[in-house]
Amino acid sequence: MRKGKSIKKMSIFNVTSVALGLAFLYLPIAILVIYSFNASRLVTVWGGWSTRWYVALLHDQAMLDAAWTSLRIAALSATAASVLGTLAAVVLVRAGRFRGRTMFSGMVYAPLVMPEIITGLSLLLLFVALDLDRGFWTVTIAHTTVTLSFVTVVVQSRLLSFDRSLEEAAMDLGCPPLKTFLTITLPLIFPAIAAGWMLAFTLSLDDLVIASFTTGPGATTLPMRIYSEVRLGVKPEINAISTIMITVVAVGVIAAALIGKRSELVTARATKT
Amino acid sequence: MTNATHTISPGRSVRQGRRLLILIPVLWLTVFFLVPCLIVLKISLSQTAIAQPPYMPVLDLSAGWAGLRDFANGLSLDNYKLLGSDWLYLTSYLRSVTIAALSTAILLLIGYPVAYGIARAPRRLQPVLVMAVFLPFLTAFLIRIYAWINILQREGLLNDALIALGVIREPLVWLSTDTAIVIGIVYSYLPFMVLPLYASLEKMDESLLEAAADLGAPRWKAFWLVTVPLSASGIFAGALLCFIPIAGEFVIPDLLGGSDAMMIGQTLWTEFFQNKDWPVASAVAIALLIVLLAPILVYQHLQMRALGDR
Repeated sequence: MRKGKSIKKMSIFNVTSVALGLAFLYLPIAILVIYSFNASRLVTVWGGWSTRWYVALLHDQAMLDAAWTSLRIAALSATAASVLGTLAAVVLVRAGRFRGRTMFSGMVYAPLVMPEIITGLSLLLLFVALDLDRGFWTVTIAHTTVTLSFVTVVVQSRLLSFDRSLEEAAMDLGCPPLKTFLTITLPLIFPAIAAGWMLAFTLSLDDLVIASFTTGPGATTLPMRIYSEVRLGVKPEINAISTIMITVVAVGVIAAALIGKRSELVTARATKT
Repeated sequence: MTNATHTISPGRSVRQGRRLLILIPVLWLTVFFLVPCLIVLKISLSQTAIAQPPYMPVLDLSAGWAGLRDFANGLSLDNYKLLGSDWLYLTSYLRSVTIAALSTAILLLIGYPVAYGIARAPRRLQPVLVMAVFLPFLTAFLIRIYAWINILQREGLLNDALIALGVIREPLVWLSTDTAIVIGIVYSYLPFMVLPLYASLEKMDESLLEAAADLGAPRWKAFWLVTVPLSASGIFAGALLCFIPIAGEFVIPDLLGGSDAMMIGQTLWTEFFQNKDWPVASAVAIALLIVLLAPILVYQHLQMRALGDR
């Protein structure tokens, strides 16, 4: 399938640029993590190792509430986005031509690049026009709308690349289309859906701008809380909560990648035999 | 579309089901994406009012035709005239586009060698490297900007390091400058540049380079005449994927930039949250969309092509 990789060799230039690129990406995060264990209140002075900011965090009720709100919104919106995003991907890949297809694909891809500030403003104005009470649910709807496009792209590329002979075999043997979809297609694209869910979850957990527009009293998300603290200056507690978030996301993503890889192996074996 | 060839000829019940299947995402995106954009357009033509909602005219359908006529008469282009006549807005559009263009150029310069290096890495290693580039994108954007405040502030690590190395004697001002904004943007958007570039470089046929070498082309010439043109689609996709959202960026200039000059995202934010002028904020948004419309359409075209004809 791949061609001519025999002469492919990494030059010193290649190795250096990858190494420097990764260093640039990871150094600031590493510094942040290290300084979250700094005993000194002054963020720039190293005062020895300590976990006191993590302990302080446990007593910061407002921060904990915000974290809980964010986690619930992220889980709900990621789940809704996975369902809708998968449907959209199936429509784009399998439904063939239908009236308004170009319009539809435009609506799917536009939120990927649309500046958040415009999406946030437009959704808020919609919620005002509909006279909805703003808060938890409006943020969830907003995040679902924005992240479903990401799920669509991930699932769509999986749908395009996998072998359709299994589906065709099932249909030839008289399996109805819906059953074929549920028993053959869905398990095959499941790793992509899981990856899409993960992506949607982290994007939601991360969003400041859209949440600021669409939220209401009583539903402060974690990024909003962090943002209001950060505007006042650097604080060691923020380093601590950041480190926790980074760890959670990193563990989740790596786990998802490993699961994806395993199920890909299983699929590969299944399609071969 | 090329996808039509994939379709299995549907029976009647399938067609019913298919229609329902199409309807759900279409409805969702219409209600929560298309309609909101139209509302922004409508409100950009309204005036502020001390009322709930804080703009007028409000469409009153219960009054029938008269209500519709009053509504239509109440709309005006005043907000756009304001945008065109006040230097505050013009400079902040200009500033956004300049910073976005500069950052995209730097991203391309940094991102290309990284993507190229990954594409030439041993095949087993490539997924790991791609994941390594992508992972920071998933770990809270806000936090990564915040990390740079730690580094760039006056008593921060960058100044400490430069003084320790003897490059400078006095600490330099990094934070609240345009340099800080560009550093923050380049840092945050690097994965968006590297991944599309990698995707196009990885597909490249190495035998073309071999052919160029056999015909006596020096390596740099082969790179410039073969590799770069073949990765053009990745260059375009990466540049657009960065340029468009950067132009509307709010968080990075707000946290790392100074207070003297604003990017358009900050102007919109201020109009909305501080001045509570919803109609002007909407007009700012629509004008930004118009500026970005051409790049957005080109991006969509590329995206559809990339996902369509594999």
